[in-house]
Amino acid sequence: MTNNLRGKSAIVGTGHAGFGEAHGFTAYDVMAQSALAALKDAGLRLSDVDGLFCTMMEDSMPALMAAEYLGIQPRFLDGTMTGGSSFVNYLTSATMALEAGLCDVALIVYGSNQRTASGKLVTASRPPAYEAPYNPRYPISAYAMAAARHMHEYGTTREQLADVAVAARAWAQHNPEAFERGPLSREDVLGARMVGDPLTVRDCCLVTDGGGAIVMVRAERAKDFPKPPVYVLGSAAESSHRQISQMQDFTVTAARDSGRRAFAAAGVSPKDIQAVELYDAFTINTILFLEDLGFCAKGDGGAFVEGGRIAPGGVLPVNTNGGGLSCVHPGMYGIFTVIEAARQIRGDAPGLQLDNIDLALAHGNGGVLSSQVTAILGSQNAL
Amino acid sequence: MLDGKGPDAIFRNGLVNQEILLPKCDGCGRYHFFPRVMCPHCHGDAISWHRASGKGRVHTTTVVRRKPERGGDYNVCMVELEEGVRMMSRVDGIAPDGVKIDMAVTAFVADADGTPAVFFKPSEV
Repeated sequence: MTNNLRGKSAIVGTGHAGFGEAHGFTAYDVMAQSALAALKDAGLRLSDVDGLFCTMMEDSMPALMAAEYLGIQPRFLDGTMTGGSSFVNYLTSATMALEAGLCDVALIVYGSNQRTASGKLVTASRPPAYEAPYNPRYPISAYAMAAARHMHEYGTTREQLADVAVAARAWAQHNPEAFERGPLSREDVLGARMVGDPLTVRDCCLVTDGGGAIVMVRAERAKDFPKPPVYVLGSAAESSHRQISQMQDFTVTAARDSGRRAFAAAGVSPKDIQAVELYDAFTINTILFLEDLGFCAKGDGGAFVEGGRIAPGGVLPVNTNGGGLSCVHPGMYGIFTVIEAARQIRGDAPGLQLDNIDLALAHGNGGVLSSQVTAILGSQNAL
Repeated sequence: MLDGKGPDAIFRNGLVNQEILLPKCDGCGRYHFFPRVMCPHCHGDAISWHRASGKGRVHTTTVVRRKPERGGDYNVCMVELEEGVRMMSRVDGIAPDGVKIDMAVTAFVADADGTPAVFFKPSEV
């Protein structure tokens, strides 16, 4: 059974703050700056917000901390924590809450200062008891083992993995908001410091500060705002495990199911999608998600990304802002897949703006390939 | 301290006695790992414990790269046991990048930071 939420909500504001290094600011400062930017974009004020959707890497009750910091008392609060996919997941719960009249203005928000605070991933996660004795490096060892298995089963090469990072950098070089904009070649990636075989440091996402925010309302009033509305046409989640040691098939993610249901809800298929924004925590992610979301067959992801095919001018625009590999990665990147997809549709992308984008896909990943959430966003034309 | 009756304690006590005990569902007959009070496959809650053969194969593997002054590189891998369950572990007795997918390995119990844990070594051919 498909859901009946197609086009019931719209994004009317996006914002971000603290990209790169936010010296002197806390994670909650960056969160609040992002919220203010998105509300300004929507022509709204914090006092208009009555639904808050937030999680952070700090604390056990980050949504309460965020509401307190912002000085609001939301009548609907969702702090569901599925890792970096949380913010794509909130598109569903915000749409439900808006549609049910539980709130009128939904604010999805995130912020982090992990780079200037610690220089590495900040996480409240504790090592799982049955993995801890072996000291896997969290989270890279998990993704490295997925990459190794994909290479073993399908002949995927390190060169193909490298090409994902090279394509991301090529997009980022057009994006003044991106943190890493220097040239990057396949040889640079392959020759970089090995961190967790087969992944080098250039196969890994950035460690930056940054925050992002999204404002959503019911579709019926979405045209009353300054920016063109971006409708949520379909969104769906699937989770398969929490610990990497519990992943059934290291080469297939739950994106296969989240994608299938998101496409069904939106009534479109992969060939209709004009811009693809994927959570690329590591180069293997992009390959896995392109396969599992149906842009190519299982096992063909390496060939699909090879030689600039997902770079500017390629066959499919993927991670048009530079992604987590080259634009921004403040611990959890999911919200930025939605923001970039929305901006491509609105026509105000910060980097390369593609022509006439009516349908874009945002895909969030959480944990260690654990939670997958897919959203299909569309313009008025796609409604 | 665990009281000895929960699944974690049964597994841990097995390791203390140099035995690898695995939980198996009386209902569907399948093993599972990590230990639970119920079967994640059929959701039955009648679980019994069986000694593992210790034979397995490397399902996937990585090397955690670490500076020599901090102890150097080490292996982290997933081993699929003959009983059909997988566990995270490390293959010792071989260079970390010499561990290959599908390699036959044999389990042993050793100390990991003060508590016993399951490790593997390449099987004798």
